Amino acid sequence: MSKRKPYRREMNNDWWLKNIFYSKYMIREGSSIFITLYSLILAWGVFRLSQGEEAFNAWLSALQHPVSIVFHLLVLLIALYHTITWFSLAPKAVDLYIKGKPLDGKLIVAGHYITFTIVTIFCLIVIML
Amino acid sequence: MSTQATHAQQAVVDKVIEIEILRYRPEQDEKPFPQGFEIPYHPDMSILEALQYIKDHLDSSVSFRWSCRMAICGSCGLMVNNIPKLGCKAFLRDYYPQKVTLEALANFPIERDLVVVMDDFIKKLEEIKPYIIPERDEKCLSEGTYQQTPEQMEKYAKFSMCINCGLCYSACPQYGLDKSFTGPAALALLARYNRDSRDAGSAERMKIVNQEQGVWSCTFVGYCSVVCPKGVDPAAAIQLLKVESSKDYLIGMFKPD
Repeated sequence: MSKRKPYRREMNNDWWLKNIFYSKYMIREGSSIFITLYSLILAWGVFRLSQGEEAFNAWLSALQHPVSIVFHLLVLLIALYHTITWFSLAPKAVDLYIKGKPLDGKLIVAGHYITFTIVTIFCLIVIML
Repeated sequence: MSTQATHAQQAVVDKVIEIEILRYRPEQDEKPFPQGFEIPYHPDMSILEALQYIKDHLDSSVSFRWSCRMAICGSCGLMVNNIPKLGCKAFLRDYYPQKVTLEALANFPIERDLVVVMDDFIKKLEEIKPYIIPERDEKCLSEGTYQQTPEQMEKYAKFSMCINCGLCYSACPQYGLDKSFTGPAALALLARYNRDSRDAGSAERMKIVNQEQGVWSCTFVGYCSVVCPKGVDPAAAIQLLKVESSKDYLIGMFKPD
């Protein structure tokens, strides 16, 4: 008779706290919650704009509240973290060959940063004008 | 052994390292329990050699898999301080004087002590049709071999280095949470064949890739590629397959089969 009795270990809810690599991954993925909140605030602003000047100015002054400023700084930090970690992973999803040699990962990452910088400057110019 | 080497070993023989093994004996234990051992420390001793020392000198009932001792057979995978490693490729000097805890590979059922049940992993490797499916079956041997340029080989060579050790499945929380996920090694092997210029089986394999349990269960944790002892980079293979799967979907929208 077989004495086999394979033991299955449970995966606890805190699995991502036991290894720094998993924790960083969860922060990267968790950033989506903060970015969603940020987008909702922004969408709310567009909605207020449709209600007229007074409503939009009320929304603008609400953004100047210290809580709002701290929240936006936090979201900026988290979004930057997401951007940096995501760019560093980019070479894995790119399959480019030049003259039969795979493209250097560093070039792909650099390309992302250059695009990011150009788009950011472009957006800033559009907003400032 | 030369006298010089013997002297060198004598000099360090007093040093002791503590090894804790998660034991599980199915015929008598309800659940696994840790058991500590103290063994003489040598800086050139691998975890696998430490286990062999324990089995030879301290407790012959400790079970673990091993074969080649040189990171090619893929048998001795285990968790070293909760990180998936090959026992033959991890060395005591990287842990000494701290205690080393050993446990069977995570995300697999424990058969006994450090031995896991790998049936699900093997089943997944078989499922992805891991063989070249030529365009036409009837090519006669006299017509010669299927030839390939170095550039064509470069496209899949990295993904063909897998030794089926299972470390990537241990490192994958998505596989841990949902065992129906095809998983890193099997998808890397799938990419290896789909990217081979001699193969014409992509359409068949894309059915596996496109499933929810195919590439889309992967959330790009990326730890599989970190723990891989052969530099296969399954995370990259899966992301590239996601690109292929998306293309497949878009083409399918305009040109249904």
